[in-house]
Amino acid sequence: MAGLASTFGSGAMTNSINEITTDAELMFLIGTNTTEAHPVIGYKMRQAARNGCKLIVCDPRHIDLVDEADYWLRQKPGTDIPLLNGLMHIIIKEGLEDKKFIEERTENYEELKTIVETYTPEHVSELTGLSVEDLYAVARLYATTDKAMLFYTLGITEHICGTRNVMSCANLAMLTGHMGRPGTGVNPIRGQNNVQGACDMGALPNVYPAYQNVTVPANKEKFEKAWGVSLPDKMGLKIPEMFEKANEGEIKAMYILGENPVLTDPNSNHIRSGLENLEFLVVHELFLTETAEYADVILPAASFAETDGTFTSTERRVQRVRKAIEPLPGQANWQTICAMSNAMGYPMNYKSPEEIWDEMASLSPSMAGITYPRLEAKGMQWPCPTADHPGTGFMHKGKFTRGLGLFQPSDHIPPGEMPDEEYPFLLSTGRILYHYNVTTPYSMGIQSVWDREWAEVNPEDAAKMRLETGSQVKVTSRRGEVVTSVKVTDRVMPGIVWMSFHYKETPTNALTSHHLDPITGTGEYKVCAVKLEKV
Amino acid sequence: MEMVKLIIDGREVEVPVGTTIMEAADQAGINIPRLCYDPDLSALGACRLCVVEVEGNRLLPASCVTPVYQGMVVKTESDDVVEARRTILELLVANHPLDCMTCDKMGDCKLAEYCYRYGVKGSSFTGEKHNYPVDNSNPFIIRDLNKCILCGACVRACNEMTGQDNLSFLYRGFNRKATTAADVPYIESDCVFCGQCVAVCPTGALTEKSMAGAARRWEVERVRTTCPFCGTGCNFDLAVKNGKVLGVLSNPDSPVNQRSLCVKGRFGWDFIYNEKRLKTPLIKKDGEFVSATWDEALDLIAARFKEVKDKYGVDAFASLSSARCTNEENYLVQKFTRAVMGTNSTDHCART
Ligand code: SF4
Ligand code: SF4
Repeated sequence: MAGLASTFGSGAMTNSINEITTDAELMFLIGTNTTEAHPVIGYKMRQAARNGCKLIVCDPRHIDLVDEADYWLRQKPGTDIPLLNGLMHIIIKEGLEDKKFIEERTENYEELKTIVETYTPEHVSELTGLSVEDLYAVARLYATTDKAMLFYTLGITEHICGTRNVMSCANLAMLTGHMGRPGTGVNPIRGQNNVQGACDMGALPNVYPAYQNVTVPANKEKFEKAWGVSLPDKMGLKIPEMFEKANEGEIKAMYILGENPVLTDPNSNHIRSGLENLEFLVVHELFLTETAEYADVILPAASFAETDGTFTSTERRVQRVRKAIEPLPGQANWQTICAMSNAMGYPMNYKSPEEIWDEMASLSPSMAGITYPRLEAKGMQWPCPTADHPGTGFMHKGKFTRGLGLFQPSDHIPPGEMPDEEYPFLLSTGRILYHYNVTTPYSMGIQSVWDREWAEVNPEDAAKMRLETGSQVKVTSRRGEVVTSVKVTDRVMPGIVWMSFHYKETPTNALTSHHLDPITGTGEYKVCAVKLEKV
Repeated sequence: MEMVKLIIDGREVEVPVGTTIMEAADQAGINIPRLCYDPDLSALGACRLCVVEVEGNRLLPASCVTPVYQGMVVKTESDDVVEARRTILELLVANHPLDCMTCDKMGDCKLAEYCYRYGVKGSSFTGEKHNYPVDNSNPFIIRDLNKCILCGACVRACNEMTGQDNLSFLYRGFNRKATTAADVPYIESDCVFCGQCVAVCPTGALTEKSMAGAARRWEVERVRTTCPFCGTGCNFDLAVKNGKVLGVLSNPDSPVNQRSLCVKGRFGWDFIYNEKRLKTPLIKKDGEFVSATWDEALDLIAARFKEVKDKYGVDAFASLSSARCTNEENYLVQKFTRAVMGTNSTDHCART
């Protein structure tokens, strides 16, 4: 979420989920298949659309919400920046920008103007495959609607230009003043239940909890004092760098809690070789995952039903997780981590998760006012700096966290790998409704109904290759191959194959690109080149 | 806001214009029985159990759809009203299996509750009964339409909460049925198994399969928690009996989702009892994982982590924390990495 952080000063969803049905007059969705990835938010979008809220869907794939949409912009994969620049071009040309907002609340507008100048509707139409009329209609509608909420997810971030995509979304919202009020904003819907929380807690190589930079001496001193140790000066490694260094033999030991990078990270063969190369690996997991296979020691984890604690949802809402049953392995994960630390000679003797929360909150200004008792009824949304602060439903009211909103325009950056003669199909990946990454396949009920990968292939391509729904194909990229069942559907355009990544029998990420967003290190899951062979 | 005053059961009540009689009564703490009414769904006025007597009105209007007016005088339990309710309940019961002793909804069934309240034991109406096969086609929901009272809550929930439009009323008269588009079992329909229909069904017609025969509603302890799957942050209650989770029940106080959930949140929880769950620490010896005690595992970890740190320095260690785990666990992982191992190399797969 680096793109939003540098634009606004905070990387989180700016507004709240319930504003979809209570405030928004228009929803602009780009790269989010909400009804499948975040179903309950999807329901709300559908309700809003049926109650007259305008809906614009930008997606190469025919997702369910297309059926509720006023406009469907079916851009070619990897052309989000030209699409957004094209809309901004029209808005500026027609004088529909919010001049007051730009003047008072933003900086670097001139650069934006210069860059989008060249993105004429005709040029954009060529790059994206969209009609000039649709571009005009959508640009006018978005700009002239008072309250418009923009949403995106991994369809925007999982590109080589992911950060630039995010900045372009933010540019569009700022250009039209759709910020800092209910029913507006730039809203990244975070994937996994506690991605927001993991970031907030400082499970990142560059920041302590609450995004306090590790390279700022005052921050370091504060945490050194609180924790009674001296702390490292330099930034740590991001995941791709960790595995790079593991492959090079510089990282020797790792502790992995509740993650299965072999299945979920791009270019999984590289992850495997990195894990193999370690001298010592500890995996703390519910199941013997593909990643855990490489461990020297596996610690059994407790599930969400077996622990007290909190999760922070995509709308920055901290909510209680409550222990319903005793931990199956005998102890909760927080107890295990404490025991590990104690065995290393650094005492961690918390009596409860609440005590851990309180320590964290005392060091984190944006969460300092949140306590377990205050979470009882409805949870609380940060920023919440003091004990009497009510929490924050929408951010950036009157002023951005960083002061002025920074326009960071970008030119088109084509995907790192495009189809060619040898690998003629473009593979895009995403989530399906019935699974969530890697835990749901362990649900007996869910797995019994949705038990395997279905790669989506357009009828035109299927006819050429004599494929029908149920056919088996081998999908091969420059990095690996997998076998999968095929579903013939015009949800995907000709030339495109779409797959999820939930099944270990079809580890899709053996195929995905090694290209990364240079700023966040996020893999380009959304675009890579593959070939199909009937088996 | 313009207010009106009315009298309900002899008590003066003041409510905003446009309020229904039922809402006004609710505010005054007077409970009018209701079967098809649901606060989260559009009002239908179909079951007619909520009828009341309004002075000057010869008919008994359904209170869920009748707005109040200034000076209205309402009686919610007059003889006529009670008589009408008895008749409605008797008609429903005439066509109901009455196998309450083995019904999973017993204790949380509106039909049983109101029959008790109005002393309806059986029915003087006799006639044909339905004999629908029970829809057991899927792993999540049992659908026994013999127990359906045609309140239409499931139809409205499918349409208004989820927007899936998979359920509607089919056929007429005695054969009227709240069912899927082509009257096929759920698994063959467009059902996405959000389970909203189960959450709103007032009877035992739609129930959670995982709880079948496992517990009566009054036996389960409800532990409110937050969904472990996606970032929406839905809340729900885990239904627990004898230290075991039996299912998920909607909690209307949930700030984001109210009673709505998706298939993962409502039915995906059983991964916690997957037989493949790891229960003890494992140490790899000669390429094989062998069970170990916590102490053995932790001692080994401490020894090897120390060794790596001493031999190669702090930059030789890295940790991955988890976007699936709690804030508190994440806080501890980064603290462990920074304070104990001496490096900032901690990250998590933001995608997952
Ligand atoms: S199945 Fe339940 S909710 Fe649906 S109409 Fe019948 S009684 Fe009402
Ligand atoms: S119930 Fe579904 S939409 Fe709600 S948090 Fe869980 S996975 Fe997300």
